[in-house]
Amino acid sequence: MAATNPFPLGKDALLNCYRTMRTIREFEERLHVDFGRGDIPGFVHLYAGEEATAVGIMSHLGDGDRIASTHRGHGHCIAKGVDVIAMMKEIYGKKGGCGNGKGGSMHIADLSKGMMGANGILGAGAPLVCGAALAAKYRKSGDVAICFVGDGASNQGTFLESLNLAAVWNLPALFVIENNGYAESTSRDYGTAVDSYVDRASGFGMPGVTVDGTDFFAVYEAAGEIIKRAREGGGPSMLECKMVRFFGHFEGDAQTYRAAGENEANRAHKDCLKLFAAQVTGAGVISASELKSIDDQVLGLIEDAVTQAKAAPLPTAADLLTDVYVSY
Amino acid sequence: MARKISIKQAINEAIDQEMSRDPSVIMLGEDIVGGAGGEGEMDAWGGVLGVTKGLYAKHGDRLLDTPLSESAYVGAAIGAASCGMRPIAELMFIDFMGVCFDQIFNQAAKFKYMFGGKAETPVVIRAMVGAGFRAAAQHSQMLTPIFTHIPGLKVVCPSTPYDTKGMLIQAIRDNDPVIFCEHKNLYALEGDVPEGSYTVPFGEANVVREGKHVSIVTYGLMVHRSLEAAATLAKEGVEVEIVDLRSLSPLDMDTVLDSVTKTGRLVCVDEASPRCNIATDISAQVAMQAFGALKAQIEMVSPPHVPVPFSPTLEDLYIPSAAQIADAVRRTLAKGKQ
Repeated sequence: MAATNPFPLGKDALLNCYRTMRTIREFEERLHVDFGRGDIPGFVHLYAGEEATAVGIMSHLGDGDRIASTHRGHGHCIAKGVDVIAMMKEIYGKKGGCGNGKGGSMHIADLSKGMMGANGILGAGAPLVCGAALAAKYRKSGDVAICFVGDGASNQGTFLESLNLAAVWNLPALFVIENNGYAESTSRDYGTAVDSYVDRASGFGMPGVTVDGTDFFAVYEAAGEIIKRAREGGGPSMLECKMVRFFGHFEGDAQTYRAAGENEANRAHKDCLKLFAAQVTGAGVISASELKSIDDQVLGLIEDAVTQAKAAPLPTAADLLTDVYVSY
Repeated sequence: MARKISIKQAINEAIDQEMSRDPSVIMLGEDIVGGAGGEGEMDAWGGVLGVTKGLYAKHGDRLLDTPLSESAYVGAAIGAASCGMRPIAELMFIDFMGVCFDQIFNQAAKFKYMFGGKAETPVVIRAMVGAGFRAAAQHSQMLTPIFTHIPGLKVVCPSTPYDTKGMLIQAIRDNDPVIFCEHKNLYALEGDVPEGSYTVPFGEANVVREGKHVSIVTYGLMVHRSLEAAATLAKEGVEVEIVDLRSLSPLDMDTVLDSVTKTGRLVCVDEASPRCNIATDISAQVAMQAFGALKAQIEMVSPPHVPVPFSPTLEDLYIPSAAQIADAVRRTLAKGKQ
């Protein structure tokens, strides 16, 4: 007899969330390897370790809901439904990528999925999200718009201005601070004067919540409440997700600023996928073999994405000059 | 049916007609309505110089007064544009680009390219440009070259009421981000403007005066200074041709080259600071593409490489005058092949 499901999602939805988190993890682990081999040009910032936040929030969203992401955007993209193969092609700089090789890792977008773009400029997504939320409010669509920032970019003027604008216009906008403890190499505590982002939220006249961002269900529950509130006209909120970053700021970062053993401890004790697996198997809702089956399928998908990315054609000289204007 | 209205009225009328035509057009800016949230009158200002006065009565909350947060509301206009709206953001003075430029040049200008062509950002950013208002160094600049430098932006700067209305309607309907520059010293200029809706396409320069001896290539307020200079020179038997670029990006080099090929002499006049401005750009392109047509070296008239001064005495010295333009024309006529 099946165990009673104590979770706010049915079994199929739980399996889907696990699959998405696992896809993000394996996507990033593979990029770490391929970048190290020299296969990938440019800058790559990996989201591994932070999956529960992206998926816990995005599980509440549809394609009409907009998000603006960060330089560390792969996880947001995958959770928002952007095609993994097109993403991989983009990161490899190939035709058929999300941006036909013109954007790269930091500029993946798919407006049809409500993904307004990863962003190379820290804090730049916040004003854009105000605009998306304004459009939703103007059209009475019931959609929301969510801005992701790191703890570092939360100190940008654009972000702080946007909190105020969203509050005074009562926009269906949500501001998620992904607090992984580091602004690049600088500790959060060094760069941010207040201990709690909830205090900052109240300073802008909006509710704020802090959750353990490695706990999928904590994120899911908190995000669900503020998203519902925003959809119903209750205005903006802030959500701080405390999390860990498994890799460096960028690939190639030697991470000498970390304490000895910090990465190993994070992998051992703060792995959101392990926590999720323990929760759902512990409750007897999903079996370990079911999760293992997903793991295997995801590895196959990532392998296929890399194979397709490597085989995809390079952009040509003609591509250099297109897509600047709609007409000129 | 055309009648005479000012550039200020032409802007108001263009926005009014487009808001009536298309519900996706909204407008955001500081004090564009005026009096929001206070106990006094709404629409108290209609913009800091009254350009949008009266639009609130017709279009209500589609005009949004914003907090003094240029990054947030210019960015919001860009974000809304990427979600299918057609926002007009008023930046008031173009000098304020310094606090919101990232949203314009790293976001709006680049979405289409970075996203492989799959984004459209139909936003208009209106801003006052130019000196002559005794407004000093932070409210008087002609920053057109900075925007023209950025691929992905369109930049226009009309000089007449007719062009202003037609180009603003074109800007609102255009599917690319447009920087719409309004010279504050031309707001009161009146001219014939049709009552109905029409567009003036971008990338088409206008020969506002025909002549055979020297070509002046310019835009904005300097079109009028050049016309004054041409009137003086006509009395000396010199016939100047004046090309009003109107649109700086896209740029109509064909009309410039045709004129220079005809006259053989070129004076570029630009109110922007002299280094890397529109005049230097036009000069370089003419030197590359029509060197053989030139009978003499190219002349340029721009302000000195200093911030815009406050004192009226200094500001009047700063802004290129009709006399300076006429002198440049005389210099080029005295040099080279006769």
